[in-house]
Amino acid sequence: MPKKLNLIIILPAFNEAEIIGRVLADLKKVLSGFKNFESKIAVIDDGSWDKTAQVAEKNNAIVLHHVINRGLGGALQTGLEYARMKKADICVTMDSDGQHDPYDLKLMIDPILQKKADVVIGSRFLRKDNLIPCLRKIILKVSNLLTFFLFRVYTTDSQSGFRAFSQKAIKKIKLRTQRMEVSSELFQQIKKNKLRFKEVPILVFYTAYSRQKGQTNLNGIKVLLKLVLRLAR
Amino acid sequence: MMNLFLLPVQLVLIIFLFFATSRVYLRFKEGTLGLGGFLFWIGIWVLALFSILNPGFLSYWAKLLGVGRGVDAIVYLSIVLLFYLIFRTNIMIENLREEISRLVREIALKQGDKKKRGK
Repeated sequence: MPKKLNLIIILPAFNEAEIIGRVLADLKKVLSGFKNFESKIAVIDDGSWDKTAQVAEKNNAIVLHHVINRGLGGALQTGLEYARMKKADICVTMDSDGQHDPYDLKLMIDPILQKKADVVIGSRFLRKDNLIPCLRKIILKVSNLLTFFLFRVYTTDSQSGFRAFSQKAIKKIKLRTQRMEVSSELFQQIKKNKLRFKEVPILVFYTAYSRQKGQTNLNGIKVLLKLVLRLAR
Repeated sequence: MMNLFLLPVQLVLIIFLFFATSRVYLRFKEGTLGLGGFLFWIGIWVLALFSILNPGFLSYWAKLLGVGRGVDAIVYLSIVLLFYLIFRTNIMIENLREEISRLVREIALKQGDKKKRGK
């Protein structure tokens, strides 16, 4: 019998008790169909003050608890460090607010299994049926341009939270930014470590809940300032 | 030429400079300030003291830089220095944030492993 691949799904979560149970249940349903994988779900509870950790534990997820909130970047780094520790063959990061469709998982990991990519980005702009709010669309496009301007990597969705990493990428990527600017920093790491990256179309659900929880539109300016500061130091 | 008769404003500034220099020395002695920082601040305050006692020195540099008055040159240089120091402080805060995150991560990974072993 061939050795099963070690797959780790990382869900950074901050006060998601309301929805994370459903997200984990859906994810587990999809993962039960992945027969060639030994899969684990790790929730990075980023200093939540609601019952996110308890709900995640109840759903048999591994919970890594940040004693204080460190932001998306801090949580992603913890997730990647965990994947490194556990010698994961593939690691996937997803939003924990139910924005991503777990049925896209196969699409995300296929390029890694076929050795065509080290990093796979799920792009919401590659599917025409995604209903992205207009202002959000403009901000995301500007973020893509800035990512290109700062790091010379062109992507159709620099702020996507749905990503898959090969073992090589897990080992090489070292993120340093703490908050939302991590999404752009990732492309700097792809370029620096000469990793092959591919984009695949994904479905996103913009619910009232996810819009309230996700990046605010004004956050883009803050992200830019932080990135410039990081480059200048 | 150094003027030995001090104006009240010069006296106040000199008292402040002695106070500032004593703070630099104390922070250096307790280890909060490194040798580089100590020399930088001592250099700044000594230069300031020299400029207060000898205003001609400032006018000379102001003329050399193409600025009308010595006081203007000081204001311009101070603004540049302040901006630079704010930049450095920002970087320092970012570094501190990073270190805190590393600590938080270490605790999270250790606790996660312990929990697993305990199950």
